[in-house]
Amino acid sequence: MRMPRLTALLTATAVFVSAITLAAQAAEEVHVLNWKGYGADEPWAVANFEKATGYKVVNDFFNSEQEMLTRIRTNPGLYDVVMINAAFNDQAMAGKLIQPIDVSKLSNYADIAKDKAGSPMLNHDGKVYGVPWVWGLTALAINEKSFDKPPTSIAEMWDPAHKGRVIIRDDAVEAVQFGAIASGQNINDIKDMDAVKAKLTSLMPQIKTFWSSENDWNQMVASNQIDIGTYWSGSADRAKTHFKLPVSLVIPQEGAVAWLDAFSIPVGSKNVAGAEAFINYMIDPKFYVEWVTKVGAPVSANTKAVDALPEDAFNRKVMGSPDVAKRIQFQAPVTDEQREKYLALWQELKVNVK
Amino acid sequence: MADQLAIGSRRGLRPALPLLLPAYLWLTVAIFLPLSAMVFFSFMTDLPLAGKEWAFTLGNYAAFFSQGLYSTLLLASLRLGLEVTLWCVVIGYPAAYVLAKVLKGRSREAIFLLVILPFWSNGLVRIFSWAMVLREGGILDTALNAVLPFKINIDLMYSYPAVIIGLVHSYVPYMVLTCYLTLQAIDDSLIEAGRSLGASRLQVLKRVIIPLSMPGLIAGAALIFVPVVGSFMEPRILGGRTGTFYGTVIEDQFVAVFNWPLGAALSFILLAVVLIILALAAPVLRRAG
Repeated sequence: MRMPRLTALLTATAVFVSAITLAAQAAEEVHVLNWKGYGADEPWAVANFEKATGYKVVNDFFNSEQEMLTRIRTNPGLYDVVMINAAFNDQAMAGKLIQPIDVSKLSNYADIAKDKAGSPMLNHDGKVYGVPWVWGLTALAINEKSFDKPPTSIAEMWDPAHKGRVIIRDDAVEAVQFGAIASGQNINDIKDMDAVKAKLTSLMPQIKTFWSSENDWNQMVASNQIDIGTYWSGSADRAKTHFKLPVSLVIPQEGAVAWLDAFSIPVGSKNVAGAEAFINYMIDPKFYVEWVTKVGAPVSANTKAVDALPEDAFNRKVMGSPDVAKRIQFQAPVTDEQREKYLALWQELKVNVK
Repeated sequence: MADQLAIGSRRGLRPALPLLLPAYLWLTVAIFLPLSAMVFFSFMTDLPLAGKEWAFTLGNYAAFFSQGLYSTLLLASLRLGLEVTLWCVVIGYPAAYVLAKVLKGRSREAIFLLVILPFWSNGLVRIFSWAMVLREGGILDTALNAVLPFKINIDLMYSYPAVIIGLVHSYVPYMVLTCYLTLQAIDDSLIEAGRSLGASRLQVLKRVIIPLSMPGLIAGAALIFVPVVGSFMEPRILGGRTGTFYGTVIEDQFVAVFNWPLGAALSFILLAVVLIILALAAPVLRRAG
């Protein structure tokens, strides 16, 4: 008896909520779904876009990729632009959550690096389901106070000299892929899980704690509690330029995990024209340069935007070097079975520490 | 007259209904409905969102029994609950005794205020302030090294003791309050009678004070033990790499991997285990009381 009543209740709530949002959408709004503090919600950027186009931007945020998918699934028609990691684009397309994008409407699209724009993760049946925005690395970052010269190998994390002063993110997929790089494997095709497990098991005693936000990492360095750890390239850049912390990014010779973030338009968007205008603005060189200078950002997928940075800018000099391009591995989609397997391994490792 | 009153109070349920209604309505809406939705979720293969297939399953409960890690974690959490409760008794009971029987008037009010003060600050703020105190080069480390003639290195942060310290600090007021209430209700003449009949202070404590204050001790212990077993925020922040407990795994299922059915199933297993422990302990404790 309870089940139909519960379903009815849920449906009623959903109908009610969407009725309200429908009414609100009348005034040419562009609803954007993205991580908080990740470019699209910068007040100056929103103001510039609104002044140039006359659309009103409404930002909404998610805390994990799973949450993002759930949100577009449960709120059809609410969002016009959604930021999706390329590795999740497949899943969104297969669930009929996003629609093909008419890239001829985006004047900046032609400047996007060919390898990013042509990524099989974003293109299906000759149609574009995601416009590459920025990319970055999950690599290592060091506390400059603890090193005379930056290390070059990932093995530094296992050095007994850093016992209790190593930090990694509390994320199963990231940890397992990191273990794959440390054991010399392809992150998207891990053949030897036992090697990954052995690597991570021997890393555990080295670890001080797990981080989950940029703030955790930066505080650890500010109070000089760690030497080295996994970190995101854009965050390391922000720590150095914006927060003036002694942090520098190390891209180990063994490689690093690269990710690509892209914008998509959900099925049922009420304002496709506004969505196209917003995406075009997000990949514009002018916006990107301002974002890097004011806040710190990952690397733009737009080659003209990267070229607009100063010669010695980290995102141009280091991230753009062909030597780095050879070492990094782009993250491919992870299936639900793999995800569950990784989580089980990660939880087991954490429990065995006790 | 007395009989009439007795009958009146027995029949009083119907007139009392309007008084009970708000509370029960609130309980139904705020606790019963969400909880039954969670029970429902715990038997599903996936959340019933648009376009997702789901079916009924016992797999979420089976996962607990087929994977050793959940029971290992549950044991660790139960041990944590016991240790925290024990420390709360050790610290809270004497304080409650002093408050109830030794201090009077203004000084009692002042000390009472100090005991309740932690309640007025946000739990997260409390835990983060402990993080500042306990870490290497933190307040405790610096202060002790400034006073002591020899060098010691205190780095309690990200360890099991740090979790215990943080949790005991958060929960000790419950023990003080419940014990204070029962201790205060003990008639002083009973203690005096015991003393005048030749009992030593220790005997009075063992034969009069502790038995009479047992209800408060039990209530405090239950109030502390139950939430500590399921705690996740304190272990995550203070425990570092040793901070994985049953509660943090449940939180992961809800927040990180969006597997609500498994998270719900794990929560109900915890609820069942805690209820069994309380039910088993009840007769023992009642006899002791």
